[in-house]
Amino acid sequence: MTDAPGEVLPEPVASSWTTATVREVEHVGATFVKLRMEVADRHDHVPGQHYVIRLRAPDGYTAQRSYSIASDPTDPLVEVMIECLPRGEVSGFLHDVVEVGDELEVRGPIGRWFVWGGTTPSLCVAGGSGVVPFVSMARYARRTGTEPLMRIAASAQTRDRLPYADELEEYGAFIALTRENQPLADGSERVAAHLYPDELVPLADGIERAYVCGSVGFVSFVGRILGEAGVRSDAVRVEQFGPTG
Amino acid sequence: MAITRGFTGRDRRGGDDRLPPGQYDTGAGWPTLTAELTPQVDVDTWTMTVDGLVDTPTTWDWRGVHALPGSTYFGDIHCVTTWTKFDTTFTGVSVDTLLEITGVKPEATHVFATSTTGYTTNLPLADITDGKAWIVWEFDGKPLTPEHGGPVRLLVPHLYFWKSAKWITRLELRDHDEQGFWERNGYHDRGDPWLEQRYQGDA
Ligand SMILES: Cc1cc2nc3c(=O)[nH]c(=O)nc-3n(C[C@H](O)[C@H](O)[C@H](O)COP(=O)(O)OP(=O)(O)OC[C@H]3O[C@@H](n4cnc5c(N)ncnc54)[C@H](O)[C@@H]3O)c2cc1C
Repeated sequence: MTDAPGEVLPEPVASSWTTATVREVEHVGATFVKLRMEVADRHDHVPGQHYVIRLRAPDGYTAQRSYSIASDPTDPLVEVMIECLPRGEVSGFLHDVVEVGDELEVRGPIGRWFVWGGTTPSLCVAGGSGVVPFVSMARYARRTGTEPLMRIAASAQTRDRLPYADELEEYGAFIALTRENQPLADGSERVAAHLYPDELVPLADGIERAYVCGSVGFVSFVGRILGEAGVRSDAVRVEQFGPTG
Repeated sequence: MAITRGFTGRDRRGGDDRLPPGQYDTGAGWPTLTAELTPQVDVDTWTMTVDGLVDTPTTWDWRGVHALPGSTYFGDIHCVTTWTKFDTTFTGVSVDTLLEITGVKPEATHVFATSTTGYTTNLPLADITDGKAWIVWEFDGKPLTPEHGGPVRLLVPHLYFWKSAKWITRLELRDHDEQGFWERNGYHDRGDPWLEQRYQGDA
């Protein structure tokens, strides 16, 4: 897993904590919240990177978690999309309490591995909230005219558990719902099911790299079917979050 | 820095002095954070090598490491993604035991750990000697599962857990420091949780 020669990596920003002012709050479905923030002393990000958000209680107690960036680097605001987890300390707060005008401590952009610089033909496979880094990549690809290099497949239980579903579809992403049948353009239906290897094969054709983001179980499932679709495991970059129990 | 409006925090053990700054207790959970697919490492072909600035470079196979005097770690582990897991039990062999067998040349100052996947991480020699590091294959009395680095991982519990390279296969002793995978990708060179050495540039 060495970095490809000649690949342009983001600077390893020795970033310190700074202030983000929340400019927009949008609840998306029942479980997601989109925050758009103005970040002081902002450094440009590369699609795929994340910020750390740190909350601070009056007695000095802090909690911090990582959130992928959804916005294009040229967007004047930094956008994150947070899934509210049951009893989630940070996600619950961001979902239920945060309002426009609030200030949050943030640090970033962070990460030099799970990033796409717009030059490598790639397939991104997302489960649920794992789509967020790929939204940044897709927006970047659109703006720079590099869409042919970036394909996306996204999976979720139901459509409202998949943030950015409309935007991804417009981009040409393949969407697989595991608990809902889905009308297809030709009038037929995709029956609720996990991604099939057959569905990934055409998307994997000619790619040099695959990015997989989602829960631990999702990542190992996709790893297997990417293998069946002929993608070498050392071409796969992974970002996973969530519990393994 | 200003307090966050409306935030009081949750699940706090009143001033638990076992929790490093910025960490929370993950309870029974054990999250994983991995940069690559989990490999299936076969214990019949797996080997562990200690080489570089040692007197006798040595390679052990699965039976060979199990024949060494065993050692157990009981205590906490800390991940840079802010979870801490209390009271873990890992069993394997102390890195001290491996280094006793190979000998260590006086000019050795650092160690470079490599996994079967090519994952690497760097550590000062002092951070893996004197009872501070292990090669482990059991967690809570059961074989270490592949997603947690099984069959064999490095365990350096006093540093953030990315230093505890999963699927370990080699420790190379060196007279200089060179960044490993996450360190090149922006994480701190040492990673002491008590000093919150998370990213490059932290004190
Ligand atoms: C690099 C990186 C990027 C990330 N990007 C995003 C992102 O774009 N959007 C996003 O919503 N999250 C993202 N996450 C996850 C995020 O950092 C937090 O882990 C998540 O919001 C839960 O924090 P919490 O404080 O709400 O929950 P906690 O209080 O930490 O946990 C509450 C409960 O939920 C469980 N849990 C924790 N994470 C998950 C999960 N993902 N699914 C199901 N159960 C879980 C815990 O085991 C616990 O039982 C990212 C994580 C990483 C490491």
